[in-house]
Amino acid sequence: MDLSSFLLQQIINAVFLGSIYALIALGYTMVYGIIELINFAHGELFTAGAFIGVIVLTALQQIGFVDTHFVLTMIIVFGLAMAYVAVLGVALEHVAYKPLRTSSRLSALLSALGMSIFLSNGMMLSQGVSDRAYPQVFGLESIEIMGARITNGQIFIIILAIALMVGLQLFVHRTRLGKAMRATAQNKTMARILGINIDQTIRITFMIGPALGAAAGVMVGLYYGAVRFDMGFIFMIKAFAAAILGGIGSIPGAMVGGLIIGGIEVMWAAFLPSAWKDVTTFTVLIMVLYFRPAGLLGESSTEVRV
Amino acid sequence: MIRQELKKLVVYGFFLAILLIPMLGFKSPTFEPGRAFKTLGVFMAVLVLNFGVKIFRSRQKVEAERKTPLTERVGEQINRFPRIYTLGGLLAAAAIFPLFADNYMIDVGITCLIYVCLGLGLNIVVGLCGLLDLGYIAFYAVGAYTYSLLNLTYGVSFWAALPIGIVLGMVVGCIIGYPTLKMRGDYLAIVTMGFGEIVRLVLNNWDSLTAGPNGLFGMKRPALYYPSFAEDGFAWAAYYLKSLPALYYLILTIAILTIIAVRRLDHSRVGRAWIAIREDEVAAELSGVPTTWIKLLAYALGAAFASVAGAFFAAKLSYTNPNFFLFMESCIVLCIVVLGGVGSIPGIVVAAFVLIAAPELFRGLENYRMLAFGGIMTTMMIIKPEGLIPASRRRRELHEANEKKPKD
Repeated sequence: MDLSSFLLQQIINAVFLGSIYALIALGYTMVYGIIELINFAHGELFTAGAFIGVIVLTALQQIGFVDTHFVLTMIIVFGLAMAYVAVLGVALEHVAYKPLRTSSRLSALLSALGMSIFLSNGMMLSQGVSDRAYPQVFGLESIEIMGARITNGQIFIIILAIALMVGLQLFVHRTRLGKAMRATAQNKTMARILGINIDQTIRITFMIGPALGAAAGVMVGLYYGAVRFDMGFIFMIKAFAAAILGGIGSIPGAMVGGLIIGGIEVMWAAFLPSAWKDVTTFTVLIMVLYFRPAGLLGESSTEVRV
Repeated sequence: MIRQELKKLVVYGFFLAILLIPMLGFKSPTFEPGRAFKTLGVFMAVLVLNFGVKIFRSRQKVEAERKTPLTERVGEQINRFPRIYTLGGLLAAAAIFPLFADNYMIDVGITCLIYVCLGLGLNIVVGLCGLLDLGYIAFYAVGAYTYSLLNLTYGVSFWAALPIGIVLGMVVGCIIGYPTLKMRGDYLAIVTMGFGEIVRLVLNNWDSLTAGPNGLFGMKRPALYYPSFAEDGFAWAAYYLKSLPALYYLILTIAILTIIAVRRLDHSRVGRAWIAIREDEVAAELSGVPTTWIKLLAYALGAAFASVAGAFFAAKLSYTNPNFFLFMESCIVLCIVVLGGVGSIPGIVVAAFVLIAAPELFRGLENYRMLAFGGIMTTMMIIKPEGLIPASRRRRELHEANEKKPKD
């Protein structure tokens, strides 16, 4: 394989990984945009989605449904995982965020962190500490473009991720609920005066963000072939870096950020010692926060006090 | 009131059922309803209990408003009792503990005391200065690895390595603290989390220095030196603290010194500056508090205490490895601070013993330890954000609205 096709291969991998990070980062950004708090349990919601995916998919495979109705299987798996995690997100908001909406930021952060520890250990207890294997539903067929290979699974995942992101963008900008969300994000008091149901808007945000995370979880499971109870942690930090890099609170920013972080990680692993790739991502996160805390596409948020 | 509570119970029960049944029932694709319902039953019991307590309280509300809550009354009683006796009694109990306990219990005691030191150090950063640090365990790792490397490579003794470890810990604290000075609370949390992971990954990946995931072993235990007069004249002989009781007394001394130091810091000018920053950074800056330096100082001092604890930890085990310094450890320390009461020294000491000793004593429940820690953290923040034994300042600040008359 010559250098150009090698590079192309890495770019494909970067786009693939980046779109997954972008989906997770969207969950952060949306929640942050509405309540100005980081959802610490987002990584766990992502893992929960992956676990629901593996449970449903294994069950469907055992009754032989996957081979006969492939598209329907995917709809069921993604649909169930996203629906379940959406409910989980609402429950999380209800338990950990709502009672603390008026108290100090530190309290809300600690409460969210508590929920994150709780969920991650709940999953460890219920699903075990070892890897759970995902059924391989995508064959090994792949397409060759100029010497670079892209598998069917990758194509499917990239297309689905893009479809979800476009759908989200349409939802936020074209529907009444989306308008209510944007209004709430801008000015909560004014939105309430204008008759927007703030509680409902927050609840919907906590449904959509985690649901996107769950979709990403299923994608990760499908692609890497295994899920673990603690995989949310590393994805969480990287997706957070993506959200920050793009500018937290900005939806297109999260997409751009995801692609950049995915790119950095893939390129680093391709050309430099891959054991250090996570260190690089964290360093990028810290550098961005230090030099440009508002991100690439975000409005300046530094003057807002803690 | 009752109807409202009942409605809440039904709604929460419904949510819990949705949340728990699939997560706990499906280990394999076969559904185990018994398992799921058992767990659901426990949670429902907690909810019903909470429901009962609320109804009970609402009936007694009129009286309850006049009475001070039980914890406060107990606290007052303790305060009325001459402090010197309480402290003396506790100290005596701690001192004679190894005489009555077996080795296992002493080991648990040592672990608890290490966490007391860590909790008090983190208390400076989170409790006094209000900066949420999720990578605190990194400083613990710095202390442990400083001693291990110095001792293995140059044969530096524990006591000589300690100040070096403290200085290095402070330096790392400042390195982590500096870029985060201008950051907001939640960014800070994520960045410190990232730093904590960076430190662990560096220890894990830098094979030539830290031996990677295998860890370092064979460090000498801390020693006491005494003059000995042998045939060839005067020399210093070393007595290595190998037995568990000896190590216990060492960490007890370190913990007591930590408690004294943190208490003095809390009541010092710097301590008041930290609290001013926690309450309102802009106002503090305008009142002439050099916020940059004071915040860096909080990081550095917090790191110094963790570094000491880390050096002791490495010396005690005579083994260290990057997996001792996982993110979960930071969470445990944070949970101690939160449960005990942010900013409250007795609270943190008690919480460290409760949270570390309880899972050791009930071995069967060990798996549920972190689950409980997470639950405790959220619950505490919702129902009692000031902690079990609140620092008096913090209690007043959080319950300002409820207090009818000022206490002082």
